[in-house]
Amino acid sequence: MPREIIKNKYPMPLLPIEKRIKSFHEVALGYTEDLAIKEAERCLQCNKPSCVEGCPVGVDIPAFIKLILERDYLAAAAKIKEKNSLPAVCGRVCPQENQCEKMCVLGKKYEPVAIGRLERFVADYELANGELQYTRKSPTGYRVAVVGSGPAGLTCAAELAKMGHEVTVFEALHIAGGVLVYGIPEFRLPKSIVAKEIENIKALGVKIEVNSVIGKLWTVDELMREKGYHAVFIGTGAGLPYFMDIPGENLNGVYSANEFLTRVNLMKAYDFPNYLTPIRTGKRVAVIGGGNVAMDAARTALRLGVEESYIIYRRTEKEMPARAEEIEHAKEEGVRFIFLSCPVEIKGDNEGRVCEIICQNYELGEPDESGRRRPVPIPGSEYSLKVDTVIMAIGQGPNPLIAATTDQLQVNKKGNIIADEQTGKTSKPGVFAGGDIVSGAATVILAMGAGKKAALSIDKYLRSL
Amino acid sequence: MYTIKDKILLAPGIKMFMIDAPSIAQKAKPGQFVIVRKDEYGERIPLTIADSDKREGTITIIFQEVGRSTQDLGKMEVGDMILDLVGPLGRESEIDFYGTVICVGGGVGVAPIYPITRALHMKGNRIISIIGARSADYLIWLDKMDEVSDEFYVTTDDGSYGRKGFVTEVLTEIMDKEEINMVMAIGPIQMMEAVSRITKEKGIKTLVSLNPIMLDGTGMCGACRVQIGDEVKFACVDGPEFDGHLVDWENAKRRLKMFEREEKIALTSLGCRCCQGGEK
Ligand SMILES: Cc1cc2nc3c(=O)[nH]c(=O)nc-3n(C[C@H](O)[C@H](O)[C@H](O)COP(=O)(O)OP(=O)(O)OC[C@H]3O[C@@H](n4cnc5c(N)ncnc54)[C@H](O)[C@@H]3O)c2cc1C
Ligand code: SF4
Ligand code: FES
Repeated sequence: MPREIIKNKYPMPLLPIEKRIKSFHEVALGYTEDLAIKEAERCLQCNKPSCVEGCPVGVDIPAFIKLILERDYLAAAAKIKEKNSLPAVCGRVCPQENQCEKMCVLGKKYEPVAIGRLERFVADYELANGELQYTRKSPTGYRVAVVGSGPAGLTCAAELAKMGHEVTVFEALHIAGGVLVYGIPEFRLPKSIVAKEIENIKALGVKIEVNSVIGKLWTVDELMREKGYHAVFIGTGAGLPYFMDIPGENLNGVYSANEFLTRVNLMKAYDFPNYLTPIRTGKRVAVIGGGNVAMDAARTALRLGVEESYIIYRRTEKEMPARAEEIEHAKEEGVRFIFLSCPVEIKGDNEGRVCEIICQNYELGEPDESGRRRPVPIPGSEYSLKVDTVIMAIGQGPNPLIAATTDQLQVNKKGNIIADEQTGKTSKPGVFAGGDIVSGAATVILAMGAGKKAALSIDKYLRSL
Repeated sequence: MYTIKDKILLAPGIKMFMIDAPSIAQKAKPGQFVIVRKDEYGERIPLTIADSDKREGTITIIFQEVGRSTQDLGKMEVGDMILDLVGPLGRESEIDFYGTVICVGGGVGVAPIYPITRALHMKGNRIISIIGARSADYLIWLDKMDEVSDEFYVTTDDGSYGRKGFVTEVLTEIMDKEEINMVMAIGPIQMMEAVSRITKEKGIKTLVSLNPIMLDGTGMCGACRVQIGDEVKFACVDGPEFDGHLVDWENAKRRLKMFEREEKIALTSLGCRCCQGGEK
């Protein structure tokens, strides 16, 4: 009997809007068991599953969905973990609409299977009910230093530890997790989940040394020569915030998104003065940019109690690189979008505080090298917007510290470390790299994938010593 | 965790800690700083490494209790542990042979200028030091500075010790008398600005150590940005030392006031934490 096809994804239960904008509580509440099973039933269990091709790390999607149908959620989680070691994170933050769900055959006519939500369901089930299952090979005697504790570094460390190597992660900040803890807000990725994943990685025997800025405390060369590490993995991310270089950018009230989000997420400025790190927003905030970072900043500002939170973006909604779900949630919560617009100047009051932003309108011209239509300014279209705070979310580059302090480590023109895509090998023997420091600002899953590939080739390298 | 091995009250509201931090002590160079987070609730505050002892594995920090965070820090005692300490951060001073160097230290700025002065002295420079403070009570490390200086001057605003007046007056007199190759100034921002203005007229190279608001201290946030000539620099990685003649002082002073209002709120909310909190 041909079964009836349910055309749409089962909706994700969400926190009511009025509750959302008053707290940092997670917005997407997660599927219930019942919803998960119903959604899993939508999967056609394709023989040649195209969804898997869309997954950057090749998770066997129909197999884990089948295990959901069999109510064996722990096995489903284990299935995902064969390829993806941070499913509770990826289920929440992956741009599924550009990856697995984009390729799902159902998506040709209807909505694709909600693969991300199912991934999150089994991962959360495992975090709540599972016991950590791992097999750790006997110690090899090799020691590896991992620099940076974002998704790239953590994944690489976990994989190497499972192979029996002794791994130490060095992190510059006082908490491990990289962007997962200092950038992505609580309402999208609860910090308790990241903390739990990190506990699991520690349980594998990985040591994590926080407050350790490599390039200052020790250089990569010293780690290898003096500290006895046989190999080093560099996963330092894209941590250097870009500014626009327009007049008024140094006024009080102009933040990089990194500063704004770090104050609120990492330092808990939303709970000032209980926590002592301050944040100041005033009543009207303008966020410049159209990616996840911009959405996170605009939605965070709302939760801090601002009256107006604007997103100003040069192109149109279609070109926005943010996850579809984030754009949707931002709209629901009342973020106001100004498309085809870009600031040319920020003005301050007589105390040097931001009071207004001058923007110019744009139109879309010919496609540029990225294939997106290039935004071109319309002369004479300048207008002013009264704001108290401006947050720059126009991208991040690589922090030059490691490259500047490491002999023979080659970087490209933008300063990204040059590393082989398949192996993570850099120009320096024994040194591997992956994640945003190599690719430029990208995604959690790509960083994770790079960490995993590098772990395999580091293992090979160590065994050849 | 980093244990406080010694605590000394140097002057009213100015405290010195010796902290057990062997790795940082191995690496610390004059001009560099650390970021301290006292406890879970604390801010990340940058403090210059005033001294370090490789053998003992300790570093010395000196701070003035100006806001809530430094006051909280000042309440810690010998044996207490600081939760987070990261460093050494920033670029080290360029210790070179210049000839005759004037080192100007104002208030608590004497602490950071001491290791630089000592290093410049060991390089063979002739050192003229000028130390200033509000009054005699607030003068710190006179003997240590004297030890590494060839000529030594002290001023106080009220004349309670040394000469009555400002460091800049002595500076001008010396520069009129003899040829100076370099000036190094660390202290309150108004003092560094005034020194730079005077030396600019004479065209004498001047380095200052800026202390803007910082957050991570690794170049990740841009909170510490300062305008140097026509370039924007991140003081935590490109500095903290800059050419005093190129600093946009108005901008630097203004940015220090970014959270003035919040700092007052923090000072007055000294209440207990247990009854606040709640679910956030
Ligand atoms: C606000 C925000 C929202 C985002 N949202 C999404 C999303 O929804 N989905 C998605 O897929 N991606 C998202 N991204 C991108 C994603 O977070 C990154 O692509 C990913 O985290 C990169 O991982 P990584 O391990 O390469 O680096 P990071 O996560 O950046 O981690 C690098 C770590 O290295 C540390 N470090 C740097 N230098 C040193 C040093 N010298 N010594 C020691 N440690 C050092 C840093 O402190 C940091 O902890 C977002 C990014 C931001 C900023
Ligand atoms: S492509 Fe879609 S329907 Fe087919 S197996 Fe993958 S998720 Fe299921
Ligand atoms: S303190 Fe964050 S970049 Fe300098």
